[in-house]
Parts: sequence; C-alpha cells; structure tokens
Amino acid sequence: MADKSNVNYKNRKWYHHTFQSIVVFVKENMGILIGFLVLCILLSVLSPVFLSKANILNVLRQVATNLYIACAMTMVIILGGIDLSVGSIIALSGVVTGGMIAFDGYSMPVAVICGLIVGTFVGVFNGLVVSKTTIPPFIVTLATMNIARGAAYVYTGGQPIRVMSDEFNFIGAGYLGEIPMPIIYLVVIIIVSILIMNKSKLGRHIYAVGGNRQAAVFAGIRIQRVLFFAYFFSGLMASIAGIVLASRMFSGQPTAGQGAEMDAIAAVVLGGTSMSGGLGKIGGTIIGALVIGVLSNGLNLLGINSFWQYIVKGVVILIAVYVDFIKKNRNA
Amino acid sequence: MSRTSLLTMKGIKKSFPGVQALKNVDLEVRSGEVHALLGENGAGKSTLIKILGGIYSLDEGEIQIGGQAADIRDVHDSQAFGVSVIHQELVLVPEMTVAENIYLGREPMKAGAVDQTRMKAEASKLLDAFELDIDPATAVGRLTIAQQQMVEIVRALSFHSRILVMDEPTSSLSDKEVEFLFGIIRKLKESGVGIIYISHRMSELFAVSDRVTVLRDGEYIGTRITADTSTDELVSMMVGRKLDNYYVRTYNEKSDVILEVRNLGDGKYLRNINFNLYKGEILGFAGLVGAGRSELMKCLFGLDPIVHGEIVIDGAAVQIKSPEQAMKLGISLVPEDRKKEALFLVQSVRFNTTIKALGQFIKGIFVNREKESQISDRYVHLMSIKAASPYQAVVNLSGGNQQKVVIGRWLATEPRILILDEPTRGVDVGAKAEIYGIMNDLASQGVAIIMISSELPEIINMSDRVNVMCGGTITGTLDKNELDQEHIMHLAISHNE
Repeated sequence: MADKSNVNYKNRKWYHHTFQSIVVFVKENMGILIGFLVLCILLSVLSPVFLSKANILNVLRQVATNLYIACAMTMVIILGGIDLSVGSIIALSGVVTGGMIAFDGYSMPVAVICGLIVGTFVGVFNGLVVSKTTIPPFIVTLATMNIARGAAYVYTGGQPIRVMSDEFNFIGAGYLGEIPMPIIYLVVIIIVSILIMNKSKLGRHIYAVGGNRQAAVFAGIRIQRVLFFAYFFSGLMASIAGIVLASRMFSGQPTAGQGAEMDAIAAVVLGGTSMSGGLGKIGGTIIGALVIGVLSNGLNLLGINSFWQYIVKGVVILIAVYVDFIKKNRNA
Repeated sequence: MSRTSLLTMKGIKKSFPGVQALKNVDLEVRSGEVHALLGENGAGKSTLIKILGGIYSLDEGEIQIGGQAADIRDVHDSQAFGVSVIHQELVLVPEMTVAENIYLGREPMKAGAVDQTRMKAEASKLLDAFELDIDPATAVGRLTIAQQQMVEIVRALSFHSRILVMDEPTSSLSDKEVEFLFGIIRKLKESGVGIIYISHRMSELFAVSDRVTVLRDGEYIGTRITADTSTDELVSMMVGRKLDNYYVRTYNEKSDVILEVRNLGDGKYLRNINFNLYKGEILGFAGLVGAGRSELMKCLFGLDPIVHGEIVIDGAAVQIKSPEQAMKLGISLVPEDRKKEALFLVQSVRFNTTIKALGQFIKGIFVNREKESQISDRYVHLMSIKAASPYQAVVNLSGGNQQKVVIGRWLATEPRILILDEPTRGVDVGAKAEIYGIMNDLASQGVAIIMISSELPEIINMSDRVNVMCGGTITGTLDKNELDQEHIMHLAISHNE
C-alpha cells in the first residue's frame, strides 16, 4: 500500500492525469471503439465518398443536434432518470422562434432568445416536478412531451412556419470558415458538458445522487438542485437543437424532432451509461452518437432504404448492450 | 445426547483466479452440536460454506456426511445430503404466503395444480413444531424481519436437514428475538441436527455454541471447546497476533461543553431530550432497537425537523435545518446502514472518501488532482483501508474496509462533533480494533464523539459517559465508573415495564 500512497504528486504534470483518464476510457469502451473503427473502415472501402471532407462534415452536422441532447441526457440518465420531452421541445422552440420572426416581425436575436426561454421552460418544469415530488421522471416527461408537442401544433395550427431570413438561416446552415455552425456549437457544448461532469463539484454530485440517492442526502448534497439542473440543462440543449434544426430547414415545424429522445437515449446507452444510474461518461455518449450517425450515413451512401435503417439501428443497439452485459458479468 | 461425527471436511482447498481462498481447511461437526465458525471477513468462512452448500466445487479435499463420502457438485446434491444453508440476506418472496415460500419450487401437487390445502396444512404443522405463532396464509412481506427469519429456518428444516448452516442469523434481530432464535437452536440440537453458526458477535458465540473453529486467511487455525476458551484467545487466533488492548481508550480531562441539547422533541416520537456533550469525550448512546437513538441523531444532523427545544453549540443557540448547515457547524454523521445511507458502491475509494471534501480541491472547473490524491491518500492511510488502488470500486471491499471508507469521508470534513451510528456493525474484529483506535485518537485531539451502539461491551469500554434511551427519551445517564450491563439494560427497558 505504502508504495502506492506515497507517490510524489509534485512531479506529476496535469497532462498525466488527462492521459491516464484517456487510457482508462479506451479500455472501458474497447468494444464500441473497435466496432466504430470497423464500421468506418468497412464504409471507406465500400463507398469512395465516405471519407471525403464534405461527407465527414455532413455526418458531423447530422450528429451534432443529437449530441446536444445526448450530452444532457447522459447526465439525466446517470441520475437514474430519463427525459422523454426533448423531441417535443425541439419542435416547440423551433416554431416559437420561427413564428416570432415570420408572424410578428421580431428581430432574429429576440426571437431566438424567446425560443430558448420557451423551450427551456419545459425543462425547468420537468426539473421542478422531478426534484420536488417523487413522481417518476418517465411519467413527468411523458406528460410534458405531449403538452409541448401539442403546444407546438396549437401555435402553428399544424402548418410549418416558413422563415425567409438569411440572418436566421445562418444559425444552422452557416459556416465559420469551412466549418458548419452546428459543429461549432457542438464543440462548445461538449466542452461544457465534460467540464461539468469531470471537473466540477456538480459533476461529482450527479454521480453521487445517481449512485445512491439516500447516501447523497446523508452526505449533505442538495439533491433537489442537482436533479433540477439536469432537467433544466436537458431542456436548454433541446431548445438549442430545435432552433438549429428550424434554421437549417428554413422553417419552424411542429413535427420536428419526433423520436429525437430515442436517438439521444440510444447514443447514451451505446456509450455505456448505465440505465440504473451512477455510471457513465460524456465521452462514451459521443462515440455512441457517432456510431448511430455513421451508420445511417453509411446506409444512405450504400443506397439502403430508410425503413431498413431502423431495423439495423435496433439490432446494433441490442448487440452493443449485449456485449456490454457479457463483459460486466465476466468481471463480476 | 449422541456425539457422533456428522460432517467432516478435510484438507479443503479452493482457489479462484489470483487468490487461494482456502489452503487446507478442516471442519468437523457432530450431531446435536452448535459449531461456530469464526474468522475475519475474507478468512474463508463463506467460501467453505459455499462449498458445503454446493455453490462452489472444491479443488482438493474430502467431505464426509454421516460417515459416507459426499461428492457435492451442486445445490441439489447438497440438499440431498441433508445440508441446508440460511443465507445472510433473506431469500423469501415477500408477495407470496408463508406456506408458498416454504414449499417454493416443490409444491405438493394434485391433479396438475398446486394442492393449496395440503401445503397450508403441512406448513402449519412445521410452524407449530417450533411454537411459532405465524399464519401460513399471511404474505411474508407483512411479517417482521424476525418472523421472516423464522420462516426461512422452517423452510430450511422442511428439507429434513441434518446439517443447518446459519450465516449471521441475528444481524437484524432485537435481543428478545435473538433469545427466541436461541431457543429454537436448542430444540434443534436436541433432535440431533448439527448446526454451523457464523457470527461476529462474540457474546452470542459464547451463549449458543459448543465448539468454535477459527479460520484466518484461508487457513485452519484451530478448534476450541467454547466453555474452555475466552474472547481474548479467539480474537488472537483470528487476527494472528495478540490484541492486548482490543478497546483502546485514554480518557481525557473534562473540558468545555461543545453541544447542549435542551428539551428537544420532534413532535412525533422524541420528547424532552436533554444532554451536554464535552470536547474530547465519547458519549455513548445505548438502548434497544426503536428507542429513538437514530431518530435523535437525524434531528441533530438536520435530516429530520426539530419541533421543540433548542440546540446550543459553543454557547450560541443554532438552527439546524439541513445536513449542509449541520456540517457548517462542524457536525458529521456516519449513518447506521453504510450500503444504503453512505456508500456510492460503484464508485471508487477516492470518489467516496473525497465526496464531502470537494471544496478543498475543486474551484469552479479547476481540479487540483494533487490535492485530491493527498486528501484521499491521507484518509486511506489514516484509516488503513485495504484496497488494491484508490480507483477500486468500494463494492469490492470487505465490510470493515467499507466502513473505514465512510468514516474517512467524514473525517475529511474535519468535524468537531462526530456522530457514529453503529460504527462497527458487520465489521470484523481486526477492523473493529482499528476503528476504536481512531475514535480514541480523535477524542484525544478534542473531537467530541457521539456513539450509538447496540453492542454493550463496546458501549461500556469506549464511552466516557452513556445516555440510555427508551421510548423516545433519555431514561438515564451513566458515568464510566457506573457502567455495567445490568445497569444499562435496566434503564433501556424502564419504560416498558
């Protein structure tokens, strides 16, 4: 013991820790990483377009909105919860932003901020109910999923709202240099999420509350705040995704984001986060989302119709989770 | 009483990848005997029992039951040889009735359906044989823990077992229930059943067992006749060295009052509670289960609301409404049930020891890893926590080491008032002695310690003073020179008479 506990930390640079974390991360996620690499190699052989810059940026842009949500969903699931309302929040924030520009003639920044506020409000509501009551998050967010979707339909009368504004369009379809804007937001969101989970007290509290809620209470952790934050953050991320998607489609659509919650959950689960809470990493979720993104891109490139893609996606999730299950049982 | 050898296990060896769990263990149980199996956590007791119960197969060695070589390959074989194991965790189905549980998996059948009438009648017969006042048609979930334990025993015996293994059967029973269990054990002895009894509670071993076999690090150390041995001898056999001072205590001069509790009540159960706590003392809280001790501590730690009375710390009245406030005032609570209330089992030793000291090394998003390691290593070292690395998940540690992790976590907050609720429950002897040593050191440094314990020897040997509780209030305070078991028990039951 002594030899280990007396390591001289003075001689260690910060990057030792980072390097060590990466090694551990690769070890823990070996299965999905290998799967991802095999998938990429296979696709680059089968399709000459796959590795082109245009296609890679395209994949990343598609993955981006899913990952905004999935980063927050990782926190929610580590807390032992679930957020089903994110798909509907996408629609709601998109139509509110679009409507304020197209119907009411507000300027783009005001409309975007209002869209964010309305969407995030749903998350705040989820957070309040989940943290102050013992109603299961599944039920709470199932209800708000329906309410937010309904609100989006009521607001638009069921019709898409066309938005003819270059300014607005830039948010989702613009470029900074050669990089699409959604990817820029993605980088920021990933950094923020990783900082929260790996560096802040809040992150440790999330793992603690998710791992053993009662112990967290005894440890003096304010679990209500921790729960509230996760659902608030989830609402905010979904709102951002909604505005980006609306901007890319030149319109706020009440049908946008249908099934988006399931894609986010799939990414989180593929990334090795435990549905029973307490364990998981943002890094895993990123890989999970990339696998899903690359998979659908590859199937598109190979000309496989989108109906089959659902089946393939489902099978991949089953295999990945099964491999994980085998691995855990062997360790036990 | 016949004294024929019922079970002989000879030269048992068993390895797992990386560890030799049993290195040559012998055990002999006679019919009509209670044979205690003693050893620290990890000594090999459970491995030996699992081999006997058919869960593990042995690498080398032989087992004889009733003079016949017994080749036990699985649980079925084990049952066929008349072995029943009652595990530490109850394995009953709470929604099913007592009768259904007793006959689970071998229900009497009639015309292709379960014969409910016969099952109930048979179960009734078994329950009556032990004078148990339990209706076989009640759902098990509605019974008390003690009654459930009895059902478990009846179920084990319904296999017509000749050898009954009890793994920590009293860990969730009250004293009265323990007495009842001992009564049943005596009856079983008379009928010639051989019982292997595992417990950490020395007083029980002396009360109930005929012989004791001690294991240490997977090795057979020796067998003693209980009547001819002593706690000291058994403890030194278990730990391999003589623990001269099992209870370490240097009493300090009485100094300032740090905490005063005045007329405290929670409006429900606790009432009229008054006591002072001095710096550098260990104040014991004794009482029966349900006396209100844990409830009182939850109030002091801000987990439950205080309705009446006041708390004075350092001469100033304070309000404690949350654990956070309590911690700011320098109060820490090590809860009773470490798995439920304290540990983050899937997380590492480091995570668990530092979770309350995050403020010392995280500023915003800047984590001082060096400081983090220092804090965690300091308490791992101080508490002598035996873990493969700071990154090991606490779920893989022994009970004693888990408890040390929890105590270490609270020490990292540098408390002035440390409340320990059953600090040594389910902890092996070596770790117990270490925990006592740490408590003594802390008291010497001026930390005021409140210790709830249901183990009277622990209360008597570690406390400066003892408050005895009964029925939600303090029924008496005893000074260390007035401490003896009768005195304490008298106060602990004073309201029930």
